[in-house]
Amino acid sequence: MPTVKMTVNGKAVSAEVEARTLLVNLLREKLGLTGTHVGCDTSQCGACVVHIDGKSVKSCTTLALQAEGTKVTTIEGLANGEKLHPMQEAFRDNHGLQCGFCTPGMVMSAICLVKETPNPTEKQVRDGLEGNICRCTGYHNIVQAVLAGAKAMRG
Amino acid sequence: MAPLDTGIGAAVRRREDARFLTGRGTYTDDINRPGQAHAYILRSPHAHATIKKVDIKKAKSSPGVIAVYTGEDFKPINGVPCGWLVTGKNNKPMIEPKHPIIAEGKARHVGDPVAVVIAETKAEARDAAEKIDIDYGALPAVVDMKAALKGGGKSVHDAAPDNLCFDWELGDKAATDAAFAKAAHVTTLDLVNNRLVPNALEPRAAIGDYDKATGEHTLYTTSQNPHVIRLLMGAFVLGIPEHKLRVVSPDVGGGFGSKIYHYAEEALVTWAAKQLGRPVKWTADRSESFMSDAHGRDHVSHVELALDKDNKFLGFRFETLANMGAYLSTFAPCIPTYLHGTLLAGNYSTPAIHTNVKAVFTNTVPVDAYRGAGRPEATFMIERVIDKAARELKTDPAELRRKNYIKPEQFPYQTPVALMYDIGNYGATLDQVLKLSDPGGYAQRKAASKAKGKLRGRGIASYIEACGIAPSNVVGSLGARAGLYEAATVRVNPTGSVVVFTGSHSHGQGHETTFAQVVSSMLGIPMESIEISHGDTNRVPFGMGTYGSRSIAVGGTAIHNAVNKIIAKGKKIAAHMLEAAEADIEFKNGKFTVAGTDRSKAFGEIALAAYVPHKYPLETVEPGLDETAFYDPKNFTFPAGSYVCEVEVDPDTGVVEIQSFAAADDFGRIINPMIVEGQVHGGLAQGIGQALTEACVYDKNGQLQTGSFMDYCMPRAQDVPNFKVAHSVTACTHNPLGVKGCGEAGAIGAPPTVINAIVDALQEYGVEHIDMPATPHRVWKAIQDAKARKR
Repeated sequence: MPTVKMTVNGKAVSAEVEARTLLVNLLREKLGLTGTHVGCDTSQCGACVVHIDGKSVKSCTTLALQAEGTKVTTIEGLANGEKLHPMQEAFRDNHGLQCGFCTPGMVMSAICLVKETPNPTEKQVRDGLEGNICRCTGYHNIVQAVLAGAKAMRG
Repeated sequence: MAPLDTGIGAAVRRREDARFLTGRGTYTDDINRPGQAHAYILRSPHAHATIKKVDIKKAKSSPGVIAVYTGEDFKPINGVPCGWLVTGKNNKPMIEPKHPIIAEGKARHVGDPVAVVIAETKAEARDAAEKIDIDYGALPAVVDMKAALKGGGKSVHDAAPDNLCFDWELGDKAATDAAFAKAAHVTTLDLVNNRLVPNALEPRAAIGDYDKATGEHTLYTTSQNPHVIRLLMGAFVLGIPEHKLRVVSPDVGGGFGSKIYHYAEEALVTWAAKQLGRPVKWTADRSESFMSDAHGRDHVSHVELALDKDNKFLGFRFETLANMGAYLSTFAPCIPTYLHGTLLAGNYSTPAIHTNVKAVFTNTVPVDAYRGAGRPEATFMIERVIDKAARELKTDPAELRRKNYIKPEQFPYQTPVALMYDIGNYGATLDQVLKLSDPGGYAQRKAASKAKGKLRGRGIASYIEACGIAPSNVVGSLGARAGLYEAATVRVNPTGSVVVFTGSHSHGQGHETTFAQVVSSMLGIPMESIEISHGDTNRVPFGMGTYGSRSIAVGGTAIHNAVNKIIAKGKKIAAHMLEAAEADIEFKNGKFTVAGTDRSKAFGEIALAAYVPHKYPLETVEPGLDETAFYDPKNFTFPAGSYVCEVEVDPDTGVVEIQSFAAADDFGRIINPMIVEGQVHGGLAQGIGQALTEACVYDKNGQLQTGSFMDYCMPRAQDVPNFKVAHSVTACTHNPLGVKGCGEAGAIGAPPTVINAIVDALQEYGVEHIDMPATPHRVWKAIQDAKARKR
């Protein structure tokens, strides 16, 4: 089996994987980072979104080997110790999550969205979250959270 | 001590968010047991077929394979039981065919399990499953309900040759026919309530674990009600006594009804773990969820409304076909009957109502409760036909409703369809939603839309729901095979912290916050001192779980009653310690005080005394401070409300855009308004999804055409608007918290509101109805058909 090396949440990791192993399986099963979720098998729901070199990527549609040499950030790597990332904080303040299953992917996508569009309109947030499905919140509070998170990230 | 700002009525931020936002939640698939093997289930690609031969030789020798099981292995094991016996006309009980764990001799829907491979890894199990050779004899499939009832040699089950599961009625038929005979106006409508796939974002998963040393089974499962699973699977399927079966439902990623039921996969992994002496895990792929999770809705109905010359409702008459799918899921038979027929009075004082429901077997995935469960179907029929009547009678749809509402002074109100509504004020929520939705500015907005080439429409609907299911003796007399109370234990620790064990299960509802607020308010101690524990049959005394918006009304009341027992015992202890009469002890803001004095003991001091009973009334009071309450509700609760939606339709493309949505609900007393609003938003999005985007489609051969998120259109952030939400309060009269429940309202009220708005937008074409989901194609076609009719 080939070996893959990458940095995950700031830590160098190395693992033997099958060629068909998906990045999400490496994260969840080999590295124990179960915060990244799998909600579908067609790249639609976005529960598996992580950052690879700062860009949001669906880890269920990325082979582990494709992440060779990259810097991967998962939901577990966002907070600075006990201090939540402003987007995590905004989701909490705005009740932007219910069951929590879509949340890690939603937060990762939202951060990337705001990095690309620091001062988004409500419509830009709704369009930007097209790749993330939430079944619980009706998106209302997620949109509020992302707008608030964007403001906090602008500082 | 001042009252706490985290008590009842405060928008407290959720405590569960800390773990969910940092990736530290524990969902079933996040759990891995030592030595765990993985199950992959091979499912029928045919809707209906005999299974002539299953050759597992090659699969058994595939790398990593531990075992392969087929229907033969499960023949001696009971099927998945149904939890509700519906008795139809002439006392005829429903037909209840066996629902095997693995199909025996015949597959009855696409997705019916036919074999299971257990291997070291999921990938190896999947690879091996491809090597199983099955000789199917394809049979003609039964899909359309009307065709199914004709039988004609096409039967899902031999026991039901014409595919009729039951033929049930409710209401006074003669009185209803008489009402129609004297009506000044009758409005009729044919409706389809589209089949939906619940699609909680976490796919179902189950891990069976068996301890040879103790003989104890543990099942980790994505369930809304672990005790119900323990009862159904333990007692009815595998014959495992309760004390040897632990069911754990850890964090669960949404349910919406689909995780109420006992599913075959749970029994399968529990059984296999014992056979193999190893934990066995199964996690569904989303495509697998589409063909194995119970679906929702799927009714075809004919609706009639009779009115007198003053536009007062005289009678409602309904005929409904309800799809059961290929087997009876746990609560399937009660959905179109006792959660549907009984809701057909809606918010209105209609004297005569009759409904007839025929439940039909088809070669499709079983259908059961999905958010609202029978009540959205009932509301859709009532609110669509009222809207049509208003149009025919050229009267304002809001005022037609108001005229026929049950008035506040009429409560308690006995409906002609069995329910006794305790309280409500439907005019109040109507006034509130009208205020929120600015009817005065509508003409201007319509003109502005017109100027853009768009057609604007405005729709209104009211709803009522029966929640907090239910008095056990009542549902028992109606065929429920379980009681529907809830249990709670409140355990006060020696240092005054509290653990609440509740039979309600939280899978997004925020119980860990809401329930803690109730306890915090009652005991006057901070939320940080209170832990809410749920989802484990070894920790929680008993429970019937979370569904039907029952958690606060039933589970919350059980907690309330257990806390009151704690307070009562605390008073006895305090009386002894303060050398006063028990009757003189008052409990307020966390202190037991001798009335009229400043002599008091803090809650924590009483807790400590209960566990270190040195100066303690040991002759009359047991040590310890730990109380359990079982609460059986006296009645259903009846949340109600009115919604208004405005849409813009593009007549060239049929695209519908929701411009605004306002919701006014009466949920009784509200514990946490932030959480309640979140529940409303979520329900509205699911209701809008049903109205505009979602449809589970089978072709005539029973092939599932919408088997993934690529072709089943889940609402996305772009598909729904911002919501305007308001509440008014009539407190429930029969539970101490005055609460009614809020989980399903949005999904019940939204579909007719949206469709009423679209039909309104299409008035210039004379369109009278449009089926859900109102996709661009359907809307465009309705316009084209209407144009053709005019030509």
